[in-house]
Amino acid sequence: MAGLVRIQSEDFSVEEEVKRIKTVSKEVGGVVSFLGTARNISKGEKIVSLEFEHYPVMAEKKLDEIRKRALDNFNIIEMGIVHRVGRLDIGENIVLIVAAARHRNDAFMACEWAIAELKRVVPIWKKETTGKGEVWVEEHP
Amino acid sequence: MAVKLKFFAMLKGLIGREEAELEIPGEISMAELKTIIKREYPVLADLIDKRGVLVSVNQEFAGNEMTIKDGDEVAFLPPFSGG
Repeated sequence: MAGLVRIQSEDFSVEEEVKRIKTVSKEVGGVVSFLGTARNISKGEKIVSLEFEHYPVMAEKKLDEIRKRALDNFNIIEMGIVHRVGRLDIGENIVLIVAAARHRNDAFMACEWAIAELKRVVPIWKKETTGKGEVWVEEHP
Repeated sequence: MAVKLKFFAMLKGLIGREEAELEIPGEISMAELKTIIKREYPVLADLIDKRGVLVSVNQEFAGNEMTIKDGDEVAFLPPFSGG
C-alpha cells in the first residue's frame, strides 16, 4: 500500500486518497482536501506545460515533517500529502493534501497550514514553459 | 577532504550541472564554504548573497555557522515553488 506522504510522477486519484485518510478512524467527522492543479496562465503568459523538480530524500523528509507537525499542532486524526514531479500538462493534478478531524474547523485549519508550509519549506521547484521559453518560478503566492 | 555539491532548478541551469565535487582545506564553516563557492562559481555569487538561496547539509537546512565535514552533501536551494 502506498504511503500517506509521497512524491511521485504518476497521477493520483483524489477519491482514493480521501478514502484512505477518511477510513483511518471511525472518529473522523470531517475531511478537508486541497487539490492544486496546473493552470494555463502565469503573469499574463499562456503556459504550455509545467515541470516539477525535487530534491529526493530531503523533499520527502520535509513533507513527512509537515504531516507530523500537523498531527502535533492541530486537533486532527490523520493527514495525507501527495505531490507530483516531472512534466505536467495544463489541468493535471499537482498536489493533494487531505486532513481528517473530528470537527471540520480543525481539518480546514490544518489543511491550509500544510499547503502554506509546503510552499515554504519543501525543496520542489516549478518550471513553466510559455511561448517565450522556459522559466523557473520563484515566488509562491 | 571533499564535499559533494548539488544545484537545483535555476542554479543547475546557470552552472550547467547538477552535481560537483569540491575539495575543502579541512573542516570549515558554511560561511567559508560559501566564499569558496562564490570564487569557483562566480555566476552564483549574487544569488547566494542576495536572493534568498537556502543551503542544506545532508538534506537538512543549514546556517552559516554550520561546520562542513568530509563527505557532506551540500545543496544550494533556490526559492521553492512547489504546490
